[in-house]
This record gives sequence, C-alpha cells and structure tokens, in this order.
Amino acid sequence: MNNVVFKFIGLFILLVLTQVLVFNNIDFAGYIDPYLYIIFILLYPFKSNQTLFIFISFLLGLTIDMFLNSGGINAAACLLIAYVRPIVLKLSFGTSYEYQSIKIENTFFSERFKYFLFMITIHHLVLFALEIFNIAQILSILKKTLFSGIFTLILSLLVISLFSRKKES
Amino acid sequence: MQQIFNFIFRNKNFLLFLLLFVLSMIFTVQSHSYHRSKFVNSANFLSGGIYSAFSNIDEYFALKSTNEELVEENLRLRKMLFNPSDSLANQITIDSTSFDKNYILVSTKVIQNDFTRRDNFLTIKKGSSQGIEPDMGVFNSKGIVGIIDKTSSGYSTVISILNSTSQINAEIKKTQNFGTLKWDGKSPYTVQLADVPKRARIAIGDSIITGGRSTIFPKGIHIGAIKDFKLDGSENYYEIEVELFNDMTKLNNVYVIKNKDAEEIKALQNSTNE
Repeated sequence: MNNVVFKFIGLFILLVLTQVLVFNNIDFAGYIDPYLYIIFILLYPFKSNQTLFIFISFLLGLTIDMFLNSGGINAAACLLIAYVRPIVLKLSFGTSYEYQSIKIENTFFSERFKYFLFMITIHHLVLFALEIFNIAQILSILKKTLFSGIFTLILSLLVISLFSRKKES
Repeated sequence: MQQIFNFIFRNKNFLLFLLLFVLSMIFTVQSHSYHRSKFVNSANFLSGGIYSAFSNIDEYFALKSTNEELVEENLRLRKMLFNPSDSLANQITIDSTSFDKNYILVSTKVIQNDFTRRDNFLTIKKGSSQGIEPDMGVFNSKGIVGIIDKTSSGYSTVISILNSTSQINAEIKKTQNFGTLKWDGKSPYTVQLADVPKRARIAIGDSIITGGRSTIFPKGIHIGAIKDFKLDGSENYYEIEVELFNDMTKLNNVYVIKNKDAEEIKALQNSTNE
C-alpha cells in the first residue's frame, strides 16, 4: 500500500516537472504541446477513494497552472476528468472493472485506447475552451484540441507501453 | 439536521467537485482580465527556483546567439558614440536622447518563456528585493517584450506583448500617428496596431516605436515594422499587422525600465479625471 502511495507521489512530481520544463517547450508546428501530465489521472488506481482522487487531481492542475501562469484552466480540466472518470471507465472497460482489480497494463489495446481517447478529448476541450474563453473562436478551440489531443494520445500510449511491466502469462 | 448531514455525506464527491470547479473558474475568469488579483502565479519561491535552476543549464545552449546579440548591440552603441549625427538619424534602436535621468534600468534574465497560448507570461529572475515593481516596462536590445505583472522577493512575472490583455501605446516613427498595440493570438512573430486614423500616410516597412504617451515605456523603443495593413469595419481606422523585430520565441537577457515620474503623472491624471 505504502509502495503505491510513494510511487504516485513520485509520479506527481516527475510529471509536473517534465510537463513544465520539457513538454510545454516542444511547440511542434508553432503551437502544439502535448499535455502528458494527465496520465497521472489516467493511471491513478481505479479502486480508490474518489473524494481524495478528485482533490489530488485539482491540486495537480493547480500546480501546473502556477507554473504556466494560466489562472485555473488546468485545474478545471483535471477536476472534470477526475469526476467523470468512473463513467468513462464503465464505458470503455464495461462494468467488470468494478468487480475485479484491473491494471492498465493488463487491458486490451482497444479498450485502453478508448479510455485514453475519451479522457484526453474531454480534458483538452475544456482546457482550450477556458484558455481561449471566446465562443466566437470555436474553430480555433477545436483545432487546438484535435492536434494537441492526437499528440498527447500518441505520447501517452507510448509512455504507458514503454514503462509498464510486461503482461504475466 | 440528520437529513442534511446525510445529504452532504451522500453527495460529498459532487459537492467537492462543484466547490473546486467554482474555485478554478474564478481563477480562470480572473486570469482573463487585466490587473487581476491573481492568486496562483509563477513568481514564487518554488516555481521560480525550479525555472531558474533549469535555465542555468539551458542558457549554455544559447551562449553563442546571446554573444552575437551583445556584440551587435555594442556595435550599434559604439557607432552612436563615434558618429553622433549619423547615429541619431537611423542607427538607434533605443533613442538615448529621450532617456533623461528619470529612468531606472535593471538588467535581468528570462527564466521561463511562453508564446503558444492566448495569454502568455514570462518569468524573470529579479523581484521586489532588486527594485522591480508591477507596471514597469521590459525590453531587450531588439525591442519591447512586455510589462511586469506580479513580483515576489526574487522573481517577477511579465505580461508578454503576446497576451490578449496587453495594450501598449505605439506610434509610427515616420508619421507620428499613434495607436494601440494588441495581439490576436495567432502568430508569435506578428502583433496588431489598431486605432491609427485613416488619414495617416503609412507604407509597408515603416517602423513602429513606443509612443511615450504611457508612463511605462519611454518614447522610441523599437517594436517592429509594418507588414500589412487594411481598413477596419468602420472604414475610419487602419488595422496594421506589425512584424516584430524581436524573436519572442528566443529571449534571454532583458532590461527592466522604471519611470521615476510615473507615480506623480498618474496621481495628476487621476486628480484631473475626478
């Protein structure tokens, strides 16, 4: 148990640092940055105290906002995906996730892809809508969501398959 | 009473979500208005310290270009020293004649730079203990960079000119028509100059400099050159695209400038308005 707690504290710090020092300076094609730090929310143990999880996700977003001077946009986006995560989990893995403790590395690629896709899309949409904060520029919001979303999705799938332990068979 | 507690307990996740969401929306709305009392910003011990530690490594990679920039600036200043008449006509980027004793200059380093978002901020390595205050101007050897927003004892945040809330008084060097410098959020290499009247005779390539009508920048700091222009919806004013002299994606050494008379001028303006 303690091991898991330390692992996630370490992951929190590591992801915040890599996000603000590396991923926010990629600027692919001028403006596309991946928001890889949300894999913290994606990987957070599925069976856990939801209240604590919501609070930690908010804290993660707010920390990123502090570094990027962006008000509360990351906090709001993280909070929302943390809150809707049980629903997304049910949609992508079926109801079985509640009964057995599944781990992300032991899931089928298609299910994992669906889960990541939903979460990243919601996060990025909220993030860019709040960043631009102007409904007249909806096209710009959607464009940024699409490109950054694809970047984040590819990168997070890669990171997960690189750093997770092999399936025990 | 029991039922209220039960209700709170049953819906604690939703209530927590709602509370924190409202909080983050307040932060967001604040960040979209100029001069907000922003609660979370990067001018603090933690983020400032981390940024400056990593920019120490980062600056080695930019040493060559930084040196070239410094030599270029020195060359310009030396030319100005040796040929005073010639330099006054066209060589100066920063017009030294209008810098009298009213300005305090501090040099510092950019430790964090953003240009991909709609509201971009920089973090610099000096703060209130080195005399930096909100509303001081920031520029470098090529042109203006932004205005100081928040300060802590060792770090400050700067509202970049690439920020949708930034509004800087600027004028066209040749015709002396002035307007407001804004950013549409698209390219980090171009900004927009609005409110220049139709009768102004402008041409592509004309230089844009700071106007000196605000108390933040002195007159004559370079900004950019006219890239394109057209009339706005009302057909009375020009909308001018300005190509920045400065590469806002690569910033290193900057100067912070303070107008000593700013407070006096502002107090006077306020008393006149009332």
